[in-house]
Amino acid sequence: MQPVVQFFQSFPLDLLLIQTVNGIVTGLILALVASGLTLIFGIMDVVNFAHGELFMMGAYLGVVVLATTGNFWLALVIAVLMVAILGAALQILTLRPLIGRDPLNTILATFGISLILQNFALWEFGPVSRKIEEPIGSHFTLFYLQYPWYRIVIAVLSIAIIGGFWVFLKFSKFGVWIRATTQDRVMAEAMGIPVGWVYTGVFALGAAMAAASGVLFGPLGSINHTMGLDWVLKAFIVVVVGGMGNLGGSVAAAIFISLLEAYASVWVSPSQAVIVSFVVLILTLLFRPTGLFVATPK
Amino acid sequence: MSEAATNAGTPLVFVEDVHTYYGKSHILHGVTLQVAPGEVVGLLGRNGVGKSTTLKTIMGLVLPSQGRVMLEGTPITGLAPHRLARLGIGYVPEDRRIFRALTVMENLRTGLDRAGVTEEKRKALLEKAFSYFPRLAERRSQAGGTLSGGEQQMLAIARVMMLEPKIILLDEPTEGLMPRMVSQISQIIDVLHKEGVAILLVEQNVPLTLAASQRIYIMEKGVVRHHCAASEIKVDDPLIKQYLGV
Repeated sequence: MQPVVQFFQSFPLDLLLIQTVNGIVTGLILALVASGLTLIFGIMDVVNFAHGELFMMGAYLGVVVLATTGNFWLALVIAVLMVAILGAALQILTLRPLIGRDPLNTILATFGISLILQNFALWEFGPVSRKIEEPIGSHFTLFYLQYPWYRIVIAVLSIAIIGGFWVFLKFSKFGVWIRATTQDRVMAEAMGIPVGWVYTGVFALGAAMAAASGVLFGPLGSINHTMGLDWVLKAFIVVVVGGMGNLGGSVAAAIFISLLEAYASVWVSPSQAVIVSFVVLILTLLFRPTGLFVATPK
Repeated sequence: MSEAATNAGTPLVFVEDVHTYYGKSHILHGVTLQVAPGEVVGLLGRNGVGKSTTLKTIMGLVLPSQGRVMLEGTPITGLAPHRLARLGIGYVPEDRRIFRALTVMENLRTGLDRAGVTEEKRKALLEKAFSYFPRLAERRSQAGGTLSGGEQQMLAIARVMMLEPKIILLDEPTEGLMPRMVSQISQIIDVLHKEGVAILLVEQNVPLTLAASQRIYIMEKGVVRHHCAASEIKVDDPLIKQYLGV
């Protein structure tokens, strides 16, 4: 009995609480990235390999607009709008002509877009990482740590964006169109829903969500042309674990995996803690291949 | 073909010598038929003769390789289905295909959320649908997938009514329904006809089709074999035996 008590007494409770907050904050940014990815997959059956680069473009545009205007929130709005337009253009030019073709074609197309955007960023902004200044500099005390308010603001904003998106899907005309198209593309078309434009709109929305998370994440890390890779990899894990095309599942999986990683990094280095998400992915694929939050078909 | 079968004026829908393929399978071998405004036309034939494909071709869901489809004298071949829906062609497919995860109300909204529908018109259309199908009003917040087969058929018809179509392409509406529901579907066809909506009805139920339609076409192997006024033919007619085997 004594060793068990000792083990629990040695538990760094303060550290665990800090890591809980960290995990939730990171999880919510990841949820924002993954929501866009799962939306595009769920509705268009497109596995968007360029999603990380849309995230990166958002962050870079944030840098540019911030440098010009000096206002972070304005940079957030403008970067999101510009990436949404970029997303719509990319969908019309590259994915729309491929509708009805083998899914491999769209995978290759989005992979191509990803390479082009990465190299464009390298060419335009150079290999040196950029940084976005935190728009809110104040901190609060969390145990012995000075915790930045900005992280809490990101968490709240991510919840607001995902919540707003859910309300939009549930109640708006376009939301009903999106849900109808997801369920039966042919019948949606026969009911007068312009399915082609729904696809474009959905891709633009997914791109906008990626860009929003890119700008919001900007002050927490460094901005470079490969920053999207880590995020899109994690977002793919989240989308698979949460159930492909399942928005609620993705949000839950993003928080779940980020929390696990945060807790793991109490004992091991953060770079080793990343292994946790791959373990979760492998276990999910082995035992619940349709995702943790979708009933496995019998 | 009988004289009664010809119509004066521009037909609402005119299908002319349409050939349709699914991959390499030649399904329609030159189908020609027409529906006048407000007319109920029955399309009879055995399974697999191309009745549903004819409806899909009119709706733009399948592209004909030859021939053309006209709506009120204007060629519509090759137009996207959503444009045809806006132009006044409504489609109720064989398997109903209601949006299962959407509520009854949301299913109806797919036809209501379009340009030119004012708040009053919206209310009027919903009231009309709910007066024909009171069950749907009771279940308006329920997911479409939880409805019974008959209720799903009601919803499929109510949903297409939201588009205020000039013609409804109705594919086997009574398939798999209880007799009580079958008579309700037959009543609703009459009501729609009285409102001036044209219907192209594909059905296996010959008595219902003959009673509901003004004219009928009989198809075999991808072509129209016979065409006459519905009043000219009886259920036990040798033609029916020959082409439908009943």
